Amino acid sequence: MTATSASRAGAELSGPFSFASRTAYHVEAADVATEEPPKLTRGSAIRRVKDVVAKVVMWAAFGLALIPLAWILYTVVSNGVELLLASTWWTNSQRNINATDAGGGAVHAIQGTLIQAGVTGAISVPVGVFTAIYLVEYGRGRLARAISFMVDILSGVPSIVAALFVYAVWVTTLGFQRVGFAVCLALVLLMIPVVVRSTEEMLKLVPNELREASYALGVPKWITITKVVLPTAFSGIVTGVLLGLARVMGETAPLLILGPYTKNIATNLFDGYMPTLPTMINQDRTELGIDTAVDRMWASALTLILLVLLLNLIGRLLARRSGVRH
Amino acid sequence: MAKGLDIKDVNIYYGAFKAVEDVNLTINPRSVTAFIGPSGCGKSTVLRTLNRMHEVIPGGRVEGTISLDGQDLYAADVDPVAVRRTVGMVFQRPNPFPTMTIFDNVVAGLRLNGIKDKTQLQEAAERSLQGANLWNEVKDRLNKPGAGLSGGQQQRLCIARAIAVEPKVLLMDEPCSALDPISTLAIEDLIEQLKADYTIVIVTHNMQQAARVSDRTAFFNLKATGQPGRLVEVGPTRTIFEQPVQEATEAYVSGRFG
Repeated sequence: MTATSASRAGAELSGPFSFASRTAYHVEAADVATEEPPKLTRGSAIRRVKDVVAKVVMWAAFGLALIPLAWILYTVVSNGVELLLASTWWTNSQRNINATDAGGGAVHAIQGTLIQAGVTGAISVPVGVFTAIYLVEYGRGRLARAISFMVDILSGVPSIVAALFVYAVWVTTLGFQRVGFAVCLALVLLMIPVVVRSTEEMLKLVPNELREASYALGVPKWITITKVVLPTAFSGIVTGVLLGLARVMGETAPLLILGPYTKNIATNLFDGYMPTLPTMINQDRTELGIDTAVDRMWASALTLILLVLLLNLIGRLLARRSGVRH
Repeated sequence: MAKGLDIKDVNIYYGAFKAVEDVNLTINPRSVTAFIGPSGCGKSTVLRTLNRMHEVIPGGRVEGTISLDGQDLYAADVDPVAVRRTVGMVFQRPNPFPTMTIFDNVVAGLRLNGIKDKTQLQEAAERSLQGANLWNEVKDRLNKPGAGLSGGQQQRLCIARAIAVEPKVLLMDEPCSALDPISTLAIEDLIEQLKADYTIVIVTHNMQQAARVSDRTAFFNLKATGQPGRLVEVGPTRTIFEQPVQEATEAYVSGRFG
């Protein structure tokens, strides 16, 4: 490169802060201009065809993925919305109502689902978030790798296995009854890995520069984590928690094994059976052929969908109120 | 208020890799010391050892002594958190806390260290923003997000945040490399003012900047890739740029390499 060596020579001759090198760049630019002008017209027909094909394939895939979703929603809403419009649905239980009877409500199951989801969340969120904090902010070496591996395994455990494990401990070994709390324990096993993984990802997304900025102000590590890192990742963590909650609210296997259905209102986690929406759906499914039961099944399914949706909206709102400001 | 630093026989490691070797350097109080040198020569690494930020990186380790007015920063009973309160730092890329308003950003160092008194925080915010030449631009929107400011304003916000905790020394790691010339000028003017109260150490790739703002300049270099960086020469900025003793320094400041 003659231009570069010219600039070096220029710098040598005129000492520091010389602008000789700039002149050299001008020379280089002039050389480029004499070349053939770059082609800026539209690309080949083949490329345009490829573009259209790719577009069509992507839209088709999107449409295909949308079909089952729309179908499910349509089926559930059209079959279930009628019962939901009756006010008794939200106030009454199914106490003293036979499968062939109409009427009654789902309040017992709604309560059960909310209580169990709440307790499951109250146990899983702190454990999951703290585990994620350990893995991202503190964990180095063998212990962290072991924990990370365990979380991977736990997230692969089928829900029925988690339920059987809790059954083996809670009922067989400890001799307790099948109660709501046992269900919660099984759900905790399913929710913790979801919370850990999602929180971990969110914490990793927090730029290291923010941690360093905080350290450089003389802020201790734990305050940096609680006041800088967690708030920055807050909306992402909330999303992860909601995904976990949505998963456990629709979970059925642990309920079938550990939390049999009852038609009565039951709010005690440690005594008696506790009805939930999934078990209510399952109960009415077994009465197939009886119109009133089928109606109830669709209505409880729709109720469950609405509950998860509502939870999502609340979470979004929470995440927007605090967290990163724009 | 401002204090000087004494760096003696310092070797710096990343795990087993020796990044910087045998640095001996005195940094005068109430002055600006510039670190210059090619990329990878360890100047930022040396800077980060001055407030014990180097050890935040896994495997980061320092040998030798660095003392602040005679007090060894690496003594066994020294708390790195306390060191960082005394020796503040401004980073290459502006990094305001994205969850906080302008006001919250400025007083973050105070508030996160447990100061809750409102008037005290307000005074500190105004004083620091004035000190960083940002007050007039943001005084009407202190409750807006800090991330909404322009790059140059964000960097001055970070400087305000750093001086709000009233450090004795201010370290700047290429504070203008992400900024346009106008913002750079604003920061350089600010450095000129800050030097009345603070000891400033600035790492820069821009030799004109080093020539403009610093009183003393330290030139770092490395013999070859994979070799540890070394302090080649240190002296008054004018001497380093006009009559350096070492040939390597002369070659670097005249633009013949690097």
